[in-house]
Amino acid sequence: MSSYEARFKVWRGDVEGGGLQDFTVEVHDGEVVLDIIHRLQATQTPDLAVRWNCKAGKCGSCSAEINGRPRLMCMTRMSVFTREETITVTPLRTFPVIRDLVTDVGFNYQKAREVPAFVPPAGLGPGQYRMMQEDVDRSQEFRKCIECFLCQDTCHVVRDHEENKTAFAGPRFLMRVAELDMHPLDAAAESGLDRGRSAQDDHGLGYCNITKCCTEVCPEGIRITDNALIPMKERAVDRKYDPLVWLGSKIRRRTT
Amino acid sequence: MATGTEPQQNSGGVRTGTRAAIAAPHLRTDRWWLAPAVTAAGLFAFVVYSTWRAFSNAHYYAAPYVSPFYSPCLAQNCRTMHAGPNADLFGSWWGISPAIIILIFPLGFRLTCYYYRKAYYRSFWASPPACAVAEPHQKYTGETRFPLILQNVHRYFFYFALLVAGVLTYDTVLSFRDTHYRWGHMGLGTLVFLVNIVLIWAYTISCHSCRHIVGGKLKHFSKHPVRYKAWQFVGRLNTRHMQLAWASLLSVALADFYVYLVASGVFDDPRFF
Repeated sequence: MSSYEARFKVWRGDVEGGGLQDFTVEVHDGEVVLDIIHRLQATQTPDLAVRWNCKAGKCGSCSAEINGRPRLMCMTRMSVFTREETITVTPLRTFPVIRDLVTDVGFNYQKAREVPAFVPPAGLGPGQYRMMQEDVDRSQEFRKCIECFLCQDTCHVVRDHEENKTAFAGPRFLMRVAELDMHPLDAAAESGLDRGRSAQDDHGLGYCNITKCCTEVCPEGIRITDNALIPMKERAVDRKYDPLVWLGSKIRRRTT
Repeated sequence: MATGTEPQQNSGGVRTGTRAAIAAPHLRTDRWWLAPAVTAAGLFAFVVYSTWRAFSNAHYYAAPYVSPFYSPCLAQNCRTMHAGPNADLFGSWWGISPAIIILIFPLGFRLTCYYYRKAYYRSFWASPPACAVAEPHQKYTGETRFPLILQNVHRYFFYFALLVAGVLTYDTVLSFRDTHYRWGHMGLGTLVFLVNIVLIWAYTISCHSCRHIVGGKLKHFSKHPVRYKAWQFVGRLNTRHMQLAWASLLSVALADFYVYLVASGVFDDPRFF
């Protein structure tokens, strides 16, 4: 097993201020960035704050920006960098910082609460739900989300424009709306909730300009833009901007 | 603790007060600028070329080939093309190049296409230039207001694009003639037209609006097996939408340029049979 000394710059500070601090730290074969952050904690800076949990890319806790790119620290191998490279690790830059690499991601929990939950179908009790696989495939892709919030972090709508946080739910929660709208048993429409229209009117779908950064950074490889956001945009067009669909729905309603 | 790192002024974006105090608008070390630069160069080159060809109003027909930029030709000032895509809908009052009439539709289709939107928002408008690279604009409303809310008409341009692709298919069939309009012949131009029409159809069918219309809007695929199959097929093509967008853009320009070269007498169309 070989090892070498890597140069790191790690952001230290809190909401009062902070900056990039230089470290030189030992790296072994097969390690990931989170290993190195742990080694810094163990050997040089024991009070370095970092949020982590599973170290397997499934809990979504160790999100950070590595050389300016939103990534999971536990899934970023050191071997993707050259040995001469200085590796910069900062907290997510879209959310308020708490300390060092830890940010307050409460914005996301607020947005999660704003999405109306699954509406159970009438007349079916627990254990009576039956669905065909092809009907749930689409929603299941979105269920792979580990809520690391890298997509929320990289989305320029809120990253570069703090003022849009009120109106825009972000890709993760627009995907949640899509997941429910495509769910074969969701009875939201029967209860008077139009999720397609709501995505546009209540969750700010129109702010998305489909530049696909959410898809690029997703560690689960979910095709957020192609499979969730664009289909929701098309459904919003059905509801709001397509006179032919509108006319068809009126005629159908009259004849049924 | 690092020094010289006072809390930031509330200057907006990634430098908003409560976020980590980092002065740099981004910390990316890779060549993030390359993709938007190449995209901008490619789109700019096509715009320059197509503008020149669309307004030139010349060298767009060399029997049996008609340039895709001038097909269908809808004004009286079009060249008569034997059994070709002539339809004098606009009459004699249309004085400028007839290409302008028809190019509006493929232009609108590509301008509102979900892939091209990503491409030009990133490369021309820097919104954002690349992921996690700060955009230069103070304010952002996305596609919520005029004029960008008009991007929602994409599906109508898709319908027109189907018609245009149909006409270009007809032109490709006509290219199986020789210069005296006898059937059963083929030249290098026929091959160019064939490749072009395959790419045009693949790009058109792989469109996100098409994917929605054929089946994406359904809630229960299991009740619509044919539409489900169609949705799956379009979905597979859709994963290559970007590549098809570029390939078809290049092929349509090449097909036009080929007709230009033959029509202007630079060389004779090599005939296979």
